[in-house]
Amino acid sequence: MSKVVIIDYGAGNVRSVKFALERMGITPMLSRDAPEIQSADKIIFPGVGEASSSMKALENYGLIEVIQNAKQPFLGICLGMQMMCESSEENNTQGLGIFPLPVKLFAGGAVKVPHMGWNQIEALKTPIFNGLEEKEYMYFVHSYYVPDSEWTIAKASYPTPFSAALHKDNFYGCQFHPEKSGTFGQQILKNFIEM
Amino acid sequence: MLTKRIVPCLDIKDGRTVKGVNFVNLRDAGDPVELAAIYSEQGADELVFLDITATGDGRKTTAELVEKVAEKVNIPFTVGGGIKSVEDVYTLLHRGADKISINSWAVKEPKVLDELAAQFGSQCVVLAVDAKQIDGNWKVHLVGGKVPTEIDLFDWVREAESRGAGEILFTSMDHDGSKAGFANEALAKMSDMVNIPIIASGGAGSIQDFADTFVHGKADAALAASVFHFKEIEIPTLKQELKSQGIAMRI
Repeated sequence: MSKVVIIDYGAGNVRSVKFALERMGITPMLSRDAPEIQSADKIIFPGVGEASSSMKALENYGLIEVIQNAKQPFLGICLGMQMMCESSEENNTQGLGIFPLPVKLFAGGAVKVPHMGWNQIEALKTPIFNGLEEKEYMYFVHSYYVPDSEWTIAKASYPTPFSAALHKDNFYGCQFHPEKSGTFGQQILKNFIEM
Repeated sequence: MLTKRIVPCLDIKDGRTVKGVNFVNLRDAGDPVELAAIYSEQGADELVFLDITATGDGRKTTAELVEKVAEKVNIPFTVGGGIKSVEDVYTLLHRGADKISINSWAVKEPKVLDELAAQFGSQCVVLAVDAKQIDGNWKVHLVGGKVPTEIDLFDWVREAESRGAGEILFTSMDHDGSKAGFANEALAKMSDMVNIPIIASGGAGSIQDFADTFVHGKADAALAASVFHFKEIEIPTLKQELKSQGIAMRI
């Protein structure tokens, strides 16, 4: 059975991701220990909170390069995905630079911020979306977004079009919370684990 | 397109669901975990658990309950009622709640909204506010709407947003239990005033009441308890009907 490690650096949704995997019969390991993470078959990088303090936490635990150099399937969720980008407007934070993309703040006024609730994803690419149809609903809660790009494998709009998911080499990221997105979210986690 | 949200609310006391709940297919009508799972399967977009337990022991039970819900349910849920310390918030979020809602505590110490937003992020901080009209002015009430304050509802909501609340759960005590519709005029005014999502609460009696609060009340989400618990309105029917009226719904 493959070894799944959830990087436990203090993000709020670690438990929810763990429970979601357990509902699929997988027992993940929670760890912030570099050798433990490096020995995983699959790595999940959750995120809920604020970008600069989360980057600082990764730095304190010596995990920046561990993540940048990961070779196994790697999935960043929400703030996890945003931290895999180049830089974020959230407190001008330098990211991990895996995706050479900016993270921007939704312009308030036209829409309410945070973008909170169920929204559709479309233009789905890669087998991580196997079994899903276009325009399926996922649960989002975020104030910052990654624009549409060549690494985008799912799009959403609010009403600005943005990246609902990203992919490059072994790295995947999703802006929505698959662990909170009902059976279709669960399907995405399953597809990732079975890669 | 971002959908409007349908949010069943479960009142919890000592880890059990209170208020009569008549689900015939429920093995244990008082088990909040089982009820939560059923609502989730029926298409509820989110759940709210309101803890009405008074004792310390009961609150510990609530924290354990939160973990059981998080284990079982794969949609977001909020926990509120009686939260009065950062430690309470940490415990509930750590156990698996997605958001917490605070009410009296924030009225007494508004700066906790800033602290919670900085520590946990605005996305998980819901300000619950109960209000009713006194001489035509909406005033914030405490203790489940029993104790009036001098605080103006709209001033308070605006302040809460600026301090870092990520969402407002507004219950109109004038409408709660009436089954005659939500406080749409006040809701629409609030929605125009702040730039964070608003959950309408109090007054749900018919499918049209939900449609009205989304269209005329400009609410982002609508919360109800008894109409769902007593199966007066079934969630799949409700969502289909709202969708057929052109309201964005996750079906």
